[in-house]
Amino acid sequence: MELLLLPFLEASVRTATPLAFAALGELVTERAGVINLGLEGAIIAGCLGALVGAGVGGPGFGFLGGAAAGTAMAALFALFVITLRTDQIIAGAAITMLGLGLTGTLYRTLYGASGASLSSPTVAPVPLPLLSEIPVVGPALFAQTAPTYALYLLLPLLAWWMHRTHAGLALRATGESADAAVAAGISTTRVRWAAILFGGAMGGLSGATLVLAQVGTFNEGMSAGRGFIAIAIVVLGRWSAWGTAAASLVFGGAFALQYLFQSAGWDVPYPLFLGFPYVLTLSLLALMRGRSAAPEGLAKS
Amino acid sequence: MDALLALWDGAFGSSYAFWSATLVRATPLLFVGLAVAVAFRANVLNIGAEGQLVVGAMLASVVALGGAGAPRLLVVPAMMVAGAAGGAVWAGIAAWLRRRFGVLEVISTILLNFVALALLSWAVRGPLQEPTGVYPQSSPFPPSSHWPFLLTGQRLHLGFALGVGLALLAWFLLARSAAGFRLRLVGAGARAARSAGGVAAERTITRVFLLSGACAGLAGASEVGGVTWALYEGLSPGYGYTAIAVALLARLDPRWVIVSAVFFGALDAGAAAMQRDAGVPSVVGQVIVATVVLLVLASGAARDRLPGGRRVPAGERG
Repeated sequence: MELLLLPFLEASVRTATPLAFAALGELVTERAGVINLGLEGAIIAGCLGALVGAGVGGPGFGFLGGAAAGTAMAALFALFVITLRTDQIIAGAAITMLGLGLTGTLYRTLYGASGASLSSPTVAPVPLPLLSEIPVVGPALFAQTAPTYALYLLLPLLAWWMHRTHAGLALRATGESADAAVAAGISTTRVRWAAILFGGAMGGLSGATLVLAQVGTFNEGMSAGRGFIAIAIVVLGRWSAWGTAAASLVFGGAFALQYLFQSAGWDVPYPLFLGFPYVLTLSLLALMRGRSAAPEGLAKS
Repeated sequence: MDALLALWDGAFGSSYAFWSATLVRATPLLFVGLAVAVAFRANVLNIGAEGQLVVGAMLASVVALGGAGAPRLLVVPAMMVAGAAGGAVWAGIAAWLRRRFGVLEVISTILLNFVALALLSWAVRGPLQEPTGVYPQSSPFPPSSHWPFLLTGQRLHLGFALGVGLALLAWFLLARSAAGFRLRLVGAGARAARSAGGVAAERTITRVFLLSGACAGLAGASEVGGVTWALYEGLSPGYGYTAIAVALLARLDPRWVIVSAVFFGALDAGAAAMQRDAGVPSVVGQVIVATVVLLVLASGAARDRLPGGRRVPAGERG
């Protein structure tokens, strides 16, 4: 049993990491009352940014490059929805399309017309002493790569920041009731810009994690809908930081299920695995009954 | 400059380029553009035209492959019905999830796109795979299922005429019929429609979902019946997403969807030629589409037609 379970748990945490980055970023954006459907575009931009950055100065630069590329996509989104006051959903969908097209174009221009795979320097798993020796959960949680550990630090920090600081209160007030926030002297424009840019940077880090800690190369469209799943994860996590992290783990598990089935030798057609996480998302969304815990002002005026 | 010339030549450079490349590529965009336009007018954010197209194509393929020996006069209309039904069912799932569980259709339709693609991937490796089992695609369709060409020597097929007819019909119904009025009323605000107009908003929204899905499903039927004559993965290079651009550029007016679909069809045909002749990657097309959407949004052209409510509020001095 342990032989089956260990690789599955390890893969779940590994797969959950990029999802959690993107979802925690989107959580902050949505808490400011903005839904960013361009997240997928930020993730794929982060993938390419990481490849370019890592090619220049190693994995460290890769993560910087990923975050910068994701932030840039988010800045474009913010320009449209905040400055130009366009529809959030459509602007987001367009940013995603732009990100997917632009990265494909740039990749082929930079690295050759065939789009042949190009390997990137990666970060290796670093088992933490003692912690990784805890039976079962130890290797799954504490024999991971640096981005996963960064999340362990970020998560409590974010939860604390959102609920225990003035800035966090300003963020939540902006999302719940912009009018009240303005009356309280909060610059909702500035809060939203910051929240969207943070979401983009996290989306970029999500893409960078995908490239630098998992795949080791760039493929066109490799974000594979993670941005949309991350948005669903925020709903499932009921707009809380801990809930979002837990929901990410559930999805990591859904994606990792194929490893479990493979190692168990059960023969299920591969394409059905491809569809499973999305079906699971839909089912869970239905069970959660929609947006009851959503910020009051989310995606509306 | 060479690239731009290649783009122009590929779209309008010859009668073949226009009738057999531009208009053939415009055909699926016409259907999906219509699907999005009708949905958006009712404030139903169907981002799932891609998945609805794929399911429509799958069901139409089942009919085409099963209809060997039957007369074309029977098989082709049956494919249309199957395609429309497939798309409607797929959109119907999102409608049900919204009505019964309050799941935002923006998210559910996108997720359903991925499920549809997985289903397609499974179908062409399983039940619908060609008999040798080597390639992930269906057998070539029997001739009885090929949609008739409209012009001799050109690849323009029945689907285009059907799409144009459907667009005009949609415009007429939207502008002149009671159902169209209800749809626009719901688009203006479901609550207002309920209290002021006595409109059953929920039912209207469900119907819009189904109609929109049926349109997108027809795109799939028209692609497999008129162009590919087989089912395979990568059938749609993202038509369902381009549809948003098509609908927005048309300002959600079905008549203008025809023009806008031809415009994007030309872009698509031109981008393919550009890749062939000038070595410019065709993903550039996606960038152009996204840029058009953003420009339309920025110009505010879509603002007066799009039911409001998802914009960041103004009126703050911060």
